[in-house]
Amino acid sequence: MSAQLVQPEFRVKIDREVCHKCGRCVQQCGWDVYTFVDRPIPDHSRCRACHRCMTYCPAQAITIERSPLAYRENPSWTPALRKAAWRQAETGGVLLTGMGNDRPYLNIFDHLVLDACQVTNPSIDPLREPMELRTYLGSQPDSVEVEASAGGYRLKPGAGFAKNIKLDTPIIFAPMSYGSVSLNVHKSLAMAARRCGILWNTGEGGLHADLYPYQDNVIVQVASGRFGVDTDYLNRGAAVEIKVGQGAKPGIGGHLPGEKADRDIAATRMIPQGSDAISPAPHHDIYSIEDLRQLIYSIKEATGYKPVGVKIAAVHNVAAIASGIVRAGADYVYLDGFRGGTGAAPQVIRDHVGIPLEIAVAVVDQRLRDEGIRQRASIIAAGSVRSSADLAKVIALGADAVAIGSAALIALGCHLCQGCHTGSCSWGLTTHKPELTRRLDPEWGAERLTNLVTAWSHELKEILGALGVNAIESLRGSRERLRSVGLDAQTCEILGVKPAGL
Amino acid sequence: MSMTTVGSIAMGHTRALPPSERVGDVTTIDCRGVYYRAVNEAVRAAADDGASTVRLLNVNGQRYIGTGIKGAGRRIEVCGTPGQAVAMFMDGPTVEVYGNAQDGVGNTMNSGEVIVHGSVGDVLGYGMRRGRIFVEGDAGYRAGIHMKANDGHRPVIVCGGKARDFFGEYMAGGLLVLLGMDSRLAGPIVGAHLAAGMHGGEIYVRGEPEAWQCGAEVTCAVATDEQMAALTPILSDYCATFGKDLREVLAAPFTRIAPAGSRPYAGLYTYL
Repeated sequence: MSAQLVQPEFRVKIDREVCHKCGRCVQQCGWDVYTFVDRPIPDHSRCRACHRCMTYCPAQAITIERSPLAYRENPSWTPALRKAAWRQAETGGVLLTGMGNDRPYLNIFDHLVLDACQVTNPSIDPLREPMELRTYLGSQPDSVEVEASAGGYRLKPGAGFAKNIKLDTPIIFAPMSYGSVSLNVHKSLAMAARRCGILWNTGEGGLHADLYPYQDNVIVQVASGRFGVDTDYLNRGAAVEIKVGQGAKPGIGGHLPGEKADRDIAATRMIPQGSDAISPAPHHDIYSIEDLRQLIYSIKEATGYKPVGVKIAAVHNVAAIASGIVRAGADYVYLDGFRGGTGAAPQVIRDHVGIPLEIAVAVVDQRLRDEGIRQRASIIAAGSVRSSADLAKVIALGADAVAIGSAALIALGCHLCQGCHTGSCSWGLTTHKPELTRRLDPEWGAERLTNLVTAWSHELKEILGALGVNAIESLRGSRERLRSVGLDAQTCEILGVKPAGL
Repeated sequence: MSMTTVGSIAMGHTRALPPSERVGDVTTIDCRGVYYRAVNEAVRAAADDGASTVRLLNVNGQRYIGTGIKGAGRRIEVCGTPGQAVAMFMDGPTVEVYGNAQDGVGNTMNSGEVIVHGSVGDVLGYGMRRGRIFVEGDAGYRAGIHMKANDGHRPVIVCGGKARDFFGEYMAGGLLVLLGMDSRLAGPIVGAHLAAGMHGGEIYVRGEPEAWQCGAEVTCAVATDEQMAALTPILSDYCATFGKDLREVLAAPFTRIAPAGSRPYAGLYTYL
């Protein structure tokens, strides 16, 4: 056997003094790190530091350490780059990875700070005063006609309002397909969405029949593969989303390998069992904004004019593209920044293509305002919204709501080990092995997701209270309430944000 | 300003609502000068009213005819030239077009039948899952792209004329047939990138496409007697639909194009 040049990234240490030799670690690890010969023996090279084994070790005997292996210092040739070249020299393969961009690009959110009231206008205590987070997504009319009514005015009948999506808090769960994640993840998201008065999103793999009871809280997605898309599917959703791109892999299609297309997944995607599910990089009926308008309106015709959104990856020319999407008739534009997660993507694309969400939201909001069409569509922001702080900041930059995918998975136990594409997730999230998927109890998952959304909503109210406003509407696009710390002048100008001190 | 209000008279259209007449199970709707939304509402209303056949007269560019319509046994007859996306997402009915159709015929169609007495534009039957499309004339680019099979059923497209590039690209299932007989197109029977990325289903081309036309993931061979025997009932239906002579269709050899393997992209990836 030839030498293995890629050395393990982590070391699994078992305290032999306290180990019960119970074998729980062997059973818990989805990556086959452990074999049991009188005692658990780890193969360090398989460990992804997902912490499943140590979490469930009854003796707390396991620690995972970064391998102390020294590499000759070279800031240009990082160990990660060297390992990638070795692995590709072994295999000739495209490096595949999961979750979001892990490169240390400047994080703009971490260089933005929020305002608060002091002395001259009072802040509000959200625990004692009403604080409105309710959000409507969709098209608003350019103008309305009113008529006199007893002592006041009311909208004229048939004012022509488009259908909108109602959210109790400006958060939705990001699209993650059944296939990339397990059915128990979908169940958790669906139950939590209903409890929170928000929406979840099927992703591009169809809607499993078990989830029809939650259809009022789902956005059904139409992607280039058209998996699971028929008239019934379109009509089940609260809204329909055309997926053009994804922040983790702009311009790249998807590929669910045949071995993952088991009976249930194949039935939900409406493909034969065991067949590869390939999503072409583009929709082959959308080569222009006019084509996009045609797809939007064919979906509207098929659904009695439900809201139709368009999801794109944030790329260089995002403002012009978003303008076209709104003019094509979309009810919302979903902007996915370059830190957005994925079940599988070529690493070179995930780490090097696309632009930050913060920039994309700012330039799209500004462009739509400049063109006088901002009211025609809402903006959903996604791509590593990590906390209620990011949520508040991106709404201040111009978003109407956010979508959370990675954060939702983390709530369900994800440790960001980036092994989604392997199909062996030890936490039972991005896998279809029954012995692993049953680790996620949907009721437990729904409770944790509900708690996360509740916690962020409370924190958002605290932020609004500090800002002295009593509705999320008052923060939306209010960049005056943001200041930058340590961003260059041009980035500040693009964001429409002043530096701290001004 | 967007044209969204139902029944509004959009630019270029002279009538808000189409006149319609019901005789027995047939409702006839005059579409001259009527905006597409009103036409399609009238089609849905006629069907909801129990008409088994809806006959559309003087169709001239109205889009989405038959889009999202459900129910086997229902029939829509289109006299004239419909606009884009005929029978998109359709599930069950039959749409017969007496004229040419445009782009997106049978796009993501779930089941049912489309018959076009003329030629069609691009992306014919994109992602089609079941049902049947017969086109008398030519097809544009990307016909039969990403067709799939499902649930023991397979979609079928037969085109009597020629087709442009990317015929059957990404094809994952179903049957795609190109006859090259009733064509107004110059050049070869099919363009470049035939069956590129194909990983399921089968394509029959009457004649012999050249190697440069075919995608890398397929094999091309003269159809065997057994394969032709399986194909003949479909060709027979096609000939019956358009009044063609089956013997003439079968007089030339057919080439069968099928994926070389079911996993064209296996082994493409690695990871750390």
